[in-house]
Amino acid sequence: MTPELGQLALILAMLLALAQSILPLVGAWRGNRALMAVARPAAAGQAVFVAMAFGILAWAFLRFDFSVQYVADNSNLALPWYYRFAAVWGAHEGSLLLWILILNLWTMALVTFSQKLPEVFASRVIAVMGLIAVGFLAFIIFTSNPFGRLLPMPGDGADLNPVLQDPGMTMHPPMLYMGYVGFSVAFAFSIAALLGGELEQAWVRWARPWTNLAWAFLTCGIVAGSWWAYAELGWGGWWFWDPVENASFMPWLAGTALLHSALVMEKREALKIWTVLLAILAFSLSLLGTFLVRSGVLTSVHAFATDPSRGIFILGILTIFIGGAFTLFAFRAPALKSGGLFAPISREGALVLNNLILTVSAATVLVGTLYPLLLETLTGDKISVGPPFFNLTFGLLMAPLLIALPFGPMLAWKRGDLLGAFQRLYVAAGLALVAAVILFYVQHGGPVLAVFGLAAGFFIVFGALADLWYRAGFNKVSTSVAFQRLAGLPRSAFGTALAHLGFGVTVLGIVAVTTFETETVTEMKPGMAVEAGGYTVTFDRMMAAKGPNFTEDRAHFTLSKGGVDMGEVWSSKRLYTARRMPTTEAGIRSFGTSQLYVSLGDPMAEGGIVVRVWWKPFILCIWIGALVMMAGGFVSLSDRRLRVGAPTRRTKSVKVALEAAE
Amino acid sequence: MPMNPTRKRRLTIVLAILAAAAVAAVLVVLALQNNMNYLLTPSQVQSGEAAGYKTFRLGGMVKAGSIQRSGDSLKVTFTVVDAGGAMPVEYTGILPDLFRDNQSVIATGHMDGARFVATEVLAKHDETYMPKELKDAMAKAHEGKQVKEAENESGMENR
Repeated sequence: MTPELGQLALILAMLLALAQSILPLVGAWRGNRALMAVARPAAAGQAVFVAMAFGILAWAFLRFDFSVQYVADNSNLALPWYYRFAAVWGAHEGSLLLWILILNLWTMALVTFSQKLPEVFASRVIAVMGLIAVGFLAFIIFTSNPFGRLLPMPGDGADLNPVLQDPGMTMHPPMLYMGYVGFSVAFAFSIAALLGGELEQAWVRWARPWTNLAWAFLTCGIVAGSWWAYAELGWGGWWFWDPVENASFMPWLAGTALLHSALVMEKREALKIWTVLLAILAFSLSLLGTFLVRSGVLTSVHAFATDPSRGIFILGILTIFIGGAFTLFAFRAPALKSGGLFAPISREGALVLNNLILTVSAATVLVGTLYPLLLETLTGDKISVGPPFFNLTFGLLMAPLLIALPFGPMLAWKRGDLLGAFQRLYVAAGLALVAAVILFYVQHGGPVLAVFGLAAGFFIVFGALADLWYRAGFNKVSTSVAFQRLAGLPRSAFGTALAHLGFGVTVLGIVAVTTFETETVTEMKPGMAVEAGGYTVTFDRMMAAKGPNFTEDRAHFTLSKGGVDMGEVWSSKRLYTARRMPTTEAGIRSFGTSQLYVSLGDPMAEGGIVVRVWWKPFILCIWIGALVMMAGGFVSLSDRRLRVGAPTRRTKSVKVALEAAE
Repeated sequence: MPMNPTRKRRLTIVLAILAAAAVAAVLVVLALQNNMNYLLTPSQVQSGEAAGYKTFRLGGMVKAGSIQRSGDSLKVTFTVVDAGGAMPVEYTGILPDLFRDNQSVIATGHMDGARFVATEVLAKHDETYMPKELKDAMAKAHEGKQVKEAENESGMENR
């Protein structure tokens, strides 16, 4: 299959996307059913052609077709097949193709599961998805064609950027894009509702599970990215407040807020306008995220393959989608009726607090990320805003959230009893404080303030467990009955508890590793040893090794504790031959959730080498906690009431859901 | 005047939003004042533009042959140059993988007499990538025609 077919497929996909967006919109406006009926088949056609284009590019990579410029730039004869496949999204053009492929996956899921929605509404939703597709397909076709030829064909390619040759990095973009693009569904629902001028209760029952799914994927994508930065960059850090990281974090914060406000909207018919606004915001931030990473406007440690001229085009897309959505919102939102009343101390009140904190902290991250850019445009001064800025603003804003979180689920809807919540939580709070003091004492060292951070983490974990405890009624009924009740709780209750528990574990990991980590940088000669976290790390020898597309100098270290052998760890400096690019491969060894992290610096005289040894206590909690949060999202999604899938039982379960809601 | 529940609730929410926004704004302003680092080139520093900044970022190329490692410690000295100036830099620690002669780097640190003492050194990320802000800063520093032309070639077309 020749690459030109891929180009052709993209053009056909764009034409179909145009049909998918314009005709149903006109149809919905004029009440023309024939035009509305175009939406689904056009979307299906578009998906086929986009999948074809993606397949052709992947095939070109797998069979070393270096006559394609993009393939020649991002792969190499020595690159293993799995990295050649992942190289499809290893740079700008292909990653956009992945973006549009994932958009089509979401659209097809929508097309499949939206048949119970009112026809006018469904065709508007699919049309909005089509509009987004038009924007991105035009962007690919006019500025970033992945199928451009390189003639004469070179004998070998330039290789994939070595830092991207890592399992974390192959996972990261697809997961992240599943999240980013997933928010487009809630966005499309919002736009369709605003166009129609009415916000059915059904809106939120449909929009919430999609958001939930997107949020879970985004969480996973951020975890993969953070793990990659930690393991692959060799700097020992797991979060740098780099613009690219912030770009994925802001939609996550907005999406988290959206999940919580949609809950209020579903249960109490309040916060309707706000929820619609959040849905627009979350997707706008996702678009901005794509823009930040892919335009190279911002300085960033991992801005690879950048081209400022493309920024103009993305800026256009941003203006049309974000500007258009907000304009529509400004005109139509006042027409949406707002519902249920609630007292400040109530479940709703707690969720409003959650939303307030999440959106305000997302705003500070936005300011820190964009302010340097803005200042440069206005005054020409080049500044950078470092991690201390984010740690100070974001950290302080988050502090009240940590303390308030366990109270939320304990409060009743409409009017809550704060004293009652206190009574249910004081055991958890007491245990949390004791656990934090013990941990602090055992680890010795660090500022006393850290005790409060640890206690907050434990409090959230115990609070989530206490929530389940009281819901099952362990305090009221016999244990066996309580267990039965626990098993009978709706899945969404477990989802909430898991997500909160995971968040607590992440907080614990963050506080613990920030407080207790130790770092030693020293020159070592064979036979020398350093201490880290109670382990003795002995440098034995250097040896040369060769991988498929790199050569490396590997250093062998033996680990021991109190004279007992604890295994070995290899750490290396690689040179990727095609690009002549050196990378550091850290040697990482886990002990429970703690890790020893050994990375190499420059070689010194007489066989010595500079070695950096970190002890990272409880660092795995950061990612484990986030994965538990993600699991919480999936568990919630499997709740009968919200089930997206199960086509054979759908009619029934939708009926049940409708009845339950009434 | 007694307020009806809807208005009362709205007022509470609006006040809460205002309070949160105010807290965030104060935090942001305070944090920005203390954590903003300017990027300057050696010639800008030599013309006195660094006066008044405790910490700033120095950007330029590593002068070929200027890298000197001390034999017994992790101290490294090198010279960062742009078209109009040169600045000796001292750094203790591990340099990034891509650090080498003629590499464009950004060092964060402060002046100590005529030397720049760096606490962090970043090298450009791969061969085809030069931080845009560094490129611009260098262009602005010399307004040199050659530099600009070279940049236009390498900057707009990255391959």
